[in-house]
Amino acid sequence: MNTDVLIIGAGLMGSSIALQLAMRGCKCAVIDKASPGRHASGANAGGLRLLNRDPAEIPLSLEAAKMWHEIESLVDSDCDSRFTGQLRVAENKSDMAKLEERASMVRAMGYQHEEIIGKKELYQLVPALAPHCVGGLLCRQDGYGRPYHAVTAFRRKAESLGVTFQSATEAYTIEQEGKDWKVKTSQGTFNSSIVVNCAGAWSGKIAGMLNESVPLTPKALMLMVTERLPHFVDPVMGAASRKLSFKQMQNGTLIIGGALVAKLDFKKEKTDLDWNQLAESAKTVLHFFPQLQEVRIVRAWAGIEAYMPDNLPVISASQKANNFYHAFGFSAHGFQLSPVIGRIMSQLILDGHSELPIEPFHINRF
Amino acid sequence: MFKQLPNDQLEMVDILLNGEKIQVPLGTNVAAMTLSQGQRYTRTTSLSGSKRAPFCMMGVCYECLMVIDGIANQRSCVTYVKQGMQIETQQGVGSLPEGAHHE
Amino acid sequence: MNDHYQLLIIGGGPAGLAAATTASGQGISCALLDEQPAPGGQIYRSIESVPDTRAQTLGTEYLRGKTLAAAFRESDVEYYPETRVWSLNNGREIGITHKSQSKIITADQILVASGAIERPMPFSGWTLPGVMQAGAGQILFKAAGVIPSDGVVLAGSGPLLLLLAWQYLQLGVDIKVILDVTPLSNHLFALPKLPRALLAHHYLTKGLVYQRDLSRAGVKTKIGASNLQAAGDDLLKSVNYRHLGREHTIETDLLLTHFGVIPHIWLTQSAGCKHQWDNSQQCWRPRHDEWGNTSIEGILVAGDGAGINGARSAEHAGRIAGLQALFELGILTESERNKQAKNDQKWMKADRHIRPFLEAYFAIPQSMLATTDNETIICRCEEITAGQIREAVETGHGGSNDVKYITRCGMGACQGRQCANSVAHIVADAGGEAVSESSHYRGRPPVAPLTLKQLASLTKENRQ
Ligand SMILES: Cc1cc2nc3c(=O)[nH]c(=O)nc-3n(C[C@H](O)[C@H](O)[C@H](O)COP(=O)(O)OP(=O)(O)OC[C@H]3O[C@@H](n4cnc5c(N)ncnc54)[C@H](O)[C@@H]3O)c2cc1C
Ligand SMILES: Cc1cc2nc3c(=O)[nH]c(=O)nc-3n(C[C@H](O)[C@H](O)[C@H](O)COP(=O)(O)OP(=O)(O)OC[C@H]3O[C@@H](n4cnc5c(N)ncnc54)[C@H](O)[C@@H]3O)c2cc1C
Ligand code: FES
Repeated sequence: MNTDVLIIGAGLMGSSIALQLAMRGCKCAVIDKASPGRHASGANAGGLRLLNRDPAEIPLSLEAAKMWHEIESLVDSDCDSRFTGQLRVAENKSDMAKLEERASMVRAMGYQHEEIIGKKELYQLVPALAPHCVGGLLCRQDGYGRPYHAVTAFRRKAESLGVTFQSATEAYTIEQEGKDWKVKTSQGTFNSSIVVNCAGAWSGKIAGMLNESVPLTPKALMLMVTERLPHFVDPVMGAASRKLSFKQMQNGTLIIGGALVAKLDFKKEKTDLDWNQLAESAKTVLHFFPQLQEVRIVRAWAGIEAYMPDNLPVISASQKANNFYHAFGFSAHGFQLSPVIGRIMSQLILDGHSELPIEPFHINRF
Repeated sequence: MFKQLPNDQLEMVDILLNGEKIQVPLGTNVAAMTLSQGQRYTRTTSLSGSKRAPFCMMGVCYECLMVIDGIANQRSCVTYVKQGMQIETQQGVGSLPEGAHHE
Repeated sequence: MNDHYQLLIIGGGPAGLAAATTASGQGISCALLDEQPAPGGQIYRSIESVPDTRAQTLGTEYLRGKTLAAAFRESDVEYYPETRVWSLNNGREIGITHKSQSKIITADQILVASGAIERPMPFSGWTLPGVMQAGAGQILFKAAGVIPSDGVVLAGSGPLLLLLAWQYLQLGVDIKVILDVTPLSNHLFALPKLPRALLAHHYLTKGLVYQRDLSRAGVKTKIGASNLQAAGDDLLKSVNYRHLGREHTIETDLLLTHFGVIPHIWLTQSAGCKHQWDNSQQCWRPRHDEWGNTSIEGILVAGDGAGINGARSAEHAGRIAGLQALFELGILTESERNKQAKNDQKWMKADRHIRPFLEAYFAIPQSMLATTDNETIICRCEEITAGQIREAVETGHGGSNDVKYITRCGMGACQGRQCANSVAHIVADAGGEAVSESSHYRGRPPVAPLTLKQLASLTKENRQ
């Protein structure tokens, strides 16, 4: 098969990049060894979080937030997104000091999106919260979406513009012949002028095919979801000094997580849940919401994600070969960034540079 | 729809079914007791509001969810009656217990 | 309860009870865990507490459970009733909740004897109150002495339907009609398997006796009934069906249906044991060898959870798996194991002669497995219809799991137990492939209910 751009990985990144390239008239094919959204992009917690981003990511994340607020105009679906805010709760003075320090750092950089709220406003916002908390850090424009719905919407829109998606197609080897790339896959060879590596946790393997080494660690992150409950909390909740990521979805279920890592056999793609960590997480949830004691957990699972040592993604051209690009290593916060990554990568590929500051994400930093 | 055969070997207990005081044999599962009291459904769904009743009676279908002693979403087919138990038909997702109060 | 056992048995039906009795007196640490309050499993439910007069109406097969349960009570195996196993992994760690306290325990050998569930079979109106599974009717009687008060319509296919009809007859329940949806063509397909079935003729004779008693009592059976529909606005009012080319309606407030049983595979599935589609039994089951070994070392299966073979075979398989565990633990030599298993293997083989015939005779028609009535609800919890599933497949969500992600089908409270098979059938049908090639929902723990409080009780500070 011949194409202008071959994208390896049909997660959110691959789908978003394909969409933006197609919008600019490029012929693209996206291949996935499994199926679209099978990995991190379909299994994540759906948090749209600008709050508490690494300073380097703030400009990208701000732009992404804007895109999410108008996501329907991009992909013809609202991806079931809701903008109820994200909140980090302080339980005592030292928590509050920590959050205030963060808020002033962000303000000093010239941004206004993270604001400190006091006790009164905290309980107006979350009346169901246990009574001991003292305040919080809030980003009102944040929220959440439905991950698999988002991947599907990006894919469908891209397909409508001529992009082809091929499941069960695993890239095995990559070779450059003249200027063009030959990618051998489980479903035959693809010829392409440009290749983009969006293989998520497997991106290190793809980069390795060019002898480009990257310090990527695949990790399996755990989540739990409960039965449907009556609506009782709006913002997505985190805590200043505890591992917590907690939200009530549109359908009433709760999604509970927060950097809980499962055992992973990466070769076999087999994850083993660590119930002791999930138990700690359940305890944290009950600490903030004791009324949830009798709530039933319906499912727990782990999704495989690419982590970089500095928890920042790689968004750059390859250093080893021309016409080869990378977008991976989102270290558990790529869902929110996905729309803007498509835009950045299409600019990088077609214009040679992006309007957004992406130097911190260059592959040559390692 | 159903009736319970008499069994004098069993001790009777008082329970409240939707606010009404009745006597039933200790240890009967709540779903069986509810059905034999002539109640035809045990919950309504949260999506369409349609009525549902126990389906499998072995704990796998989750159709028999009721509010038992104030706690919603209990599978009545694997919960057994005790003296003083309060049992209510569940409406939709039910309600959560009150959170702790702050000033 | 210890943190570690040499042998752990999950399930207290005939398979689990027989395995436990086999492991008793061998000087090993062994425990049996079961969700029910007393031993017996599905078939022998409440066997220790049912009043004698009632037990008689359930038939001689039921009474057999008394001996099994009594032998188990005599054994030195630790017994934990009302104990839910909510997870099992390939490292032989299991998560359990007993008396609201959760615990992770490990074992050298784990026997999963989790039995079967009734095959959920969607048809128009099957979610109406008043429509229940036949096994549910049986449990109501066994566990609580509760029987239909205003008559009942029985519908479906399979030996359990006939058994329940006969049991109700003994109890004087008004059976309005039995709608046997087994297609007449099945009789032809099953015929070649009849000679072998005759080797286990007691099953056939029993069936014939039930049928004779029912027809003598004037109970009507409509063989080859089709187009089964439950009707009513919000509660069941009547049942519609087609028979001999004509449409019929019968008023009733209770319809009990049965479409065979399928293995309870959620534990073996979440452990990652390999499973396969069984064409003859129309269900998935864990792959296992003649000793009950699954694809994961130290995880064994026996009884209906390993594939449907009925209560007698479950008992034999339980003993065989018990012997295998003792062999693996170094208590028995290979030749001792082989010698002690001979009898059970012989009887099990004989008992299974009937299966190919039964399976062919009671095979559910494809038109019911993958219903084309797009209005029918498939996922009872999330109220997802067959039409929505087909639409998802048409828009590129090619497997059960993709359909689940996009529609929430199978994501509700029952964790997909009621719709997994139907979704696989419909997805396969819509995608033009065989169901054996299609995918099953991925196994996601907890496989039994677990509350946040129960999970939190695992943490160090909350451990008792
Ligand atoms: C449990 C969990 C919770 C998370 N929560 C959040 C959150 O709340 N908010 C947030 O912003 N982010 C969150 N994330 C992070 C976010 O999900 C990821 O950063 C993002 O989805 C990454 O998308 P991707 O397309 O790079 O990777 P993926 O979705 O993993 O896609 C990579 C694809 O490449 C394919 N592939 C791999 N190798 C090959 C090959 N050789 N040939 C062909 N195809 C190949 C894979 O099959 C896969 O589908 C979470 C992640 C996890 C795991
Ligand atoms: C509702 C129903 C009624 C039946 N009635 C009859 C009948 O009358 N006659 C007949 O011949 N056959 C009947 N069968 C078929 C029956 O499955 C077998 O004949 C026989 O019971 C199989 O024995 P078993 O030991 O394999 O499993 P079962 O008898 O099913 O025992 C399995 C046990 O495992 C327990 N269990 C399962 N999962 C867990 C878990 N996660 N944690 C803790 N415990 C668990 C269950 O509570 C159960 O007690 C019935 C089946 C069903 C589903
Ligand atoms: S009736 Fe099925 S879970 Fe109670």
